[in-house]
Amino acid sequence: MNEHVLKIRNLRIESVAGTTLVDGVDLTVARGEVLGLIGESGAGKSTIGLASMGYARAGCRIVGGTIELEGKELRSLGAEGRRDLRGTRIAYVAQSASASFNPAHTIMRQVCEIPVYHGLMTRAQAKAHAIELFRSLGLPEPEKFGEKYPHEVSGGQLQRAMAAMAIAGKPDILVFDEPTTALDVTTQIEVLALIKKIIWEFGTAALYITHDLAVVAQVADRIMVLRGGRTVEMGTCEQILSAPVEDYTRLLVAERDVHHSLVSDALVDAEKTVLEVDRVNAAYGSISILQDVSLTIAKGETLAVVGESGSGKSSLARVIVGLHSATSGSVRFEKKTLDPNCRNRSRTDQQGIQLVHQHPDVSLNPRQTIGNIIGRPARFYGGLSGRALKQKITELLKMVGLPENFAVRKPGTLSGGQKQRVSIARALAANPALIICDEPTSALDPLVAQEILELLVRLQRELGLSYLFITHDLGIVQRLAHRTLVLLKGEVVSIGATREVFSPPMHPYTQKLIESVPAMKTNWLDGVLAARADRTAREEPTAA
Amino acid sequence: MRLFKNVITRMILERVMLGILTLFAVSVLIFAATSILPGDAATAVLGQGATPETVKAYREELGLDRPAIVRYGDWLAGVVQGDLGTSLTTRQPISDSVIPRFENTLFLAGFAALIAVPLAIGLGIIAAINEGRLVDRVANIVSLGAISVPEFFVAYLLILFFAVKLGLFPTLATVFPEMGFFDRLYVTILPVIALIMIVTAHMLRMTRSAVLSVLSQPYIEMAFLKGLRRRSVIMQHALPNAAAPIISVVALNLAYLIVGVVVIEVVFVYPGLGQYMVDAVSKRDLPVVQGCALLFAATFVAVNALADILSVAINPRLRRSRH
Amino acid sequence: MKSSLQRPPLTAIIGLVIVATFLLLAIFGSYIAPYSEFETVGETWAPSSAEFLLGTDNLGRDILSRIIIGAQMTIGIAVTCTMLSFVIGTVVGLAASVASNVVDQIFSRSVDILLSIPVLIFALIVLSAFGSSMPVLILTIALIDAPRVFRVARALAMNVRNLEFVETAWLRGESRWWLMTREILPNILPPMISEFGLRFCFNFLIVAGLSFLGLGIQPPSADWGGMVRENGQAITFGISAPIWPALAIGLVTIGINLVVDWVLSMNARPSGASAEL
Repeated sequence: MNEHVLKIRNLRIESVAGTTLVDGVDLTVARGEVLGLIGESGAGKSTIGLASMGYARAGCRIVGGTIELEGKELRSLGAEGRRDLRGTRIAYVAQSASASFNPAHTIMRQVCEIPVYHGLMTRAQAKAHAIELFRSLGLPEPEKFGEKYPHEVSGGQLQRAMAAMAIAGKPDILVFDEPTTALDVTTQIEVLALIKKIIWEFGTAALYITHDLAVVAQVADRIMVLRGGRTVEMGTCEQILSAPVEDYTRLLVAERDVHHSLVSDALVDAEKTVLEVDRVNAAYGSISILQDVSLTIAKGETLAVVGESGSGKSSLARVIVGLHSATSGSVRFEKKTLDPNCRNRSRTDQQGIQLVHQHPDVSLNPRQTIGNIIGRPARFYGGLSGRALKQKITELLKMVGLPENFAVRKPGTLSGGQKQRVSIARALAANPALIICDEPTSALDPLVAQEILELLVRLQRELGLSYLFITHDLGIVQRLAHRTLVLLKGEVVSIGATREVFSPPMHPYTQKLIESVPAMKTNWLDGVLAARADRTAREEPTAA
Repeated sequence: MRLFKNVITRMILERVMLGILTLFAVSVLIFAATSILPGDAATAVLGQGATPETVKAYREELGLDRPAIVRYGDWLAGVVQGDLGTSLTTRQPISDSVIPRFENTLFLAGFAALIAVPLAIGLGIIAAINEGRLVDRVANIVSLGAISVPEFFVAYLLILFFAVKLGLFPTLATVFPEMGFFDRLYVTILPVIALIMIVTAHMLRMTRSAVLSVLSQPYIEMAFLKGLRRRSVIMQHALPNAAAPIISVVALNLAYLIVGVVVIEVVFVYPGLGQYMVDAVSKRDLPVVQGCALLFAATFVAVNALADILSVAINPRLRRSRH
Repeated sequence: MKSSLQRPPLTAIIGLVIVATFLLLAIFGSYIAPYSEFETVGETWAPSSAEFLLGTDNLGRDILSRIIIGAQMTIGIAVTCTMLSFVIGTVVGLAASVASNVVDQIFSRSVDILLSIPVLIFALIVLSAFGSSMPVLILTIALIDAPRVFRVARALAMNVRNLEFVETAWLRGESRWWLMTREILPNILPPMISEFGLRFCFNFLIVAGLSFLGLGIQPPSADWGGMVRENGQAITFGISAPIWPALAIGLVTIGINLVVDWVLSMNARPSGASAEL
């Protein structure tokens, strides 16, 4: 038996157009070991994950190096040989379970496919095995679960079913490609626990790909940091977290470590209320999305709205800006009640509340120059033109830390962080009192996100802006928000000074939220799971 | 099982209702276009030189002096009972001459579709799974050529080579009621080939892109990563999901068959509905035009409704919906 | 961006050459043609010779000259139809994308009904009611084509309309006209241009088909579809007179399709799993 399940040497992957995607990466995974691959988007981590199965996506080519799986070199093995190993020796768990299941077949058929197709088991054996797997992964009604079609079960169940599908062929190594990225923190913790259980129970090795260092620290034995297709640093989990060698790694570790607040209450003018939302209810058709939501924001203050997907936090923003009408309740801005429809609001009201969106790629018109994009609000509201307008554009660019010559460029030539700066400049151009930030950093890489947050804090200090900051990231909240509102299924669970909201006594949901945020330490997950089990045991002594 | 039947039945009923509704709207449109607008049937037939008196008398004879809505009601009532009215030029009931011609057209189009549909689907799938390879490139260029040239170009080339130069087939597709089945096949072979070429090309291209869009789904990648062979991935994972889009492609492309059939019938002087309609248009025999148009549109709507129903029936998502 | 600078493939070059040639013919045809389009210069259906490269037609007119001069009329009408249908279809499509949901639904459902009648059948109905004349022909084809343009324009515009930058402009209080013309239109223009090529081909073939059926452009003007009709009888004698104008029609369409194919392939990505296929 080979000591290493997977051994990659000097791997080089290029796009068909000739750009280098992965450049000279070496890695090994020992039997039963978990190697975490971490990096920003474009670091090449998913490409490496697929290459470890001898697979390259359309438009990519493996051009150099060796990939040894169980001592067999995949590149020289030929297509048929690679196929024999896929599913049986190495299996893949994708980010999106719903996209990875074929909608035309039952779950059972797809879970049995690997063992039956590769001749490991008869159909009956594979079925019995699958039912066992469903049971051990905690799926409801394991005997009947497999008869369902993918669209008939919940997302969380499908995620489990995908794990079952991957281990059905009893592989030696699993490739996890961002399995928790699309999930809420409270769901993420369950999936992480599941992955740990699989690795531990079945003794498989794993390649765990993610952009979140804290997540990978919970499951990995060793971590490899990637950037731009090259290895930055490799080490044990403890070493990377406690004694990173490279600057880049140090920044990554530090980013999540910042828990001190970047803002102070001194600049908040508590007497002056900018926005007041009073018992707002809203619905889509017959489905209620907001129930009796009330909040206030003072001048110079940041109110964070926290919640998971579906909690109604974005709907709240849409009600405030007038894109969605509330069924009852009122929104008052600078003491005036706003019309529920943004189109019926006065120019000054439209001007006073600006929105910064989540996705920098689609928040700027790709056919307009940056100058036109940020100049338009100044022209539209302020009536600026000619030299004055040009001056204003320069001033705005400077304010958000972009060079003057960006005015003539188009969004396509900018990076994500630069685009988000332009979005902020466009909001500032209207001279607003309140900016609603709808997850402005969630689409950015961590280090870039950090810079944007710092920019927002600086602008608040300089201009006395108020922010309504929508996010699912509690780390951001603790750094940025004076006050916090926790939203659960459209209802306000808790609202108050950030420090108080997150200190005991907490609402149980807030506690669950805060517990679910991975900490930058290796045994965090085990601790949380133990604490949870403990709590359950105490709450239900008879059932235990 | 009961649930499955209910959902399917409901959706099929919905499609049928939608088809009937569309057909009703289409009938209004056809009637409006030919009856309410200026230049009515009387002036069309009698010509510009007719005296106002004759026009008036003729209009009364045709019932054109009554309000349009009443005339539409009468027309529709007739159509529902299978009576398409009276031809202005022959003064014969339209239904009597339309029905045998419609059968002829169905024979021609059906014959062509029978060969073209499986051919196009097969070639489209082959092109898609060989994207970028020689087979695909050849299929692309040839089908591009075939959709670019007019129907009559294909028809005349076929006549020139197979009928005139080689003398294998007749230049005209003359059929008569007493003709035997195989004689019919023989004389219609050239028009059928022309139709097949045109329809196959359109259908092939759209089938190809429908299959390609399925092949770019993540579950196809997953199937490869499970170690399945290319053949299994295509047969078990791609095609079951491509079936529904392919069915709608086929239905959509029968529109080209209808357009093609009109031109091809004229080229080969084939006694079908298309030729009859073109004849009526040049004589401005409006009731005949209305009747033919309605038949063509009804066929097209029916085929599309049928395709919709088929895609519902084969969709596993709908077969067992939670609702 | 990068791929557009690459040398076009052979098929695209062929397409460009064909399109350019016929455009030149359409503009300067009457100066290039060796004979007049109306004048009888030879015998009926004379075979090709040095004198008449493609032979003569049913009235002894030079076929080559009639093809060259007819280019203007044949291509011109299809271009006019397509431009008209594009203006109507795009404006209404853009309007539907920024209009209220109800208005959009009314537009879309009406278009669904219009689309359930095959084009040629629709054209035949209208021409039977109005008789065939140039303005009627152009308007008819344009109006029949417009719903198809509308569908494409609306679908493209809807994709853009839901993007955040349009929402930002909407919140700013910009007029619907601004949204249509400044925010959405520039972003749907590139795909609409290739769509123009495809719709032109389609209209071109329909106009040719109608002329062939004797319901399009009326003689004695030289137009390709009509020339095929006039010489259709010749084919039974093995004379290729109707083949030439039909070939001209095919060539123009092939040329445009080749160019459009190239333009579309520049933006297309290889589909997902083809690496293993």
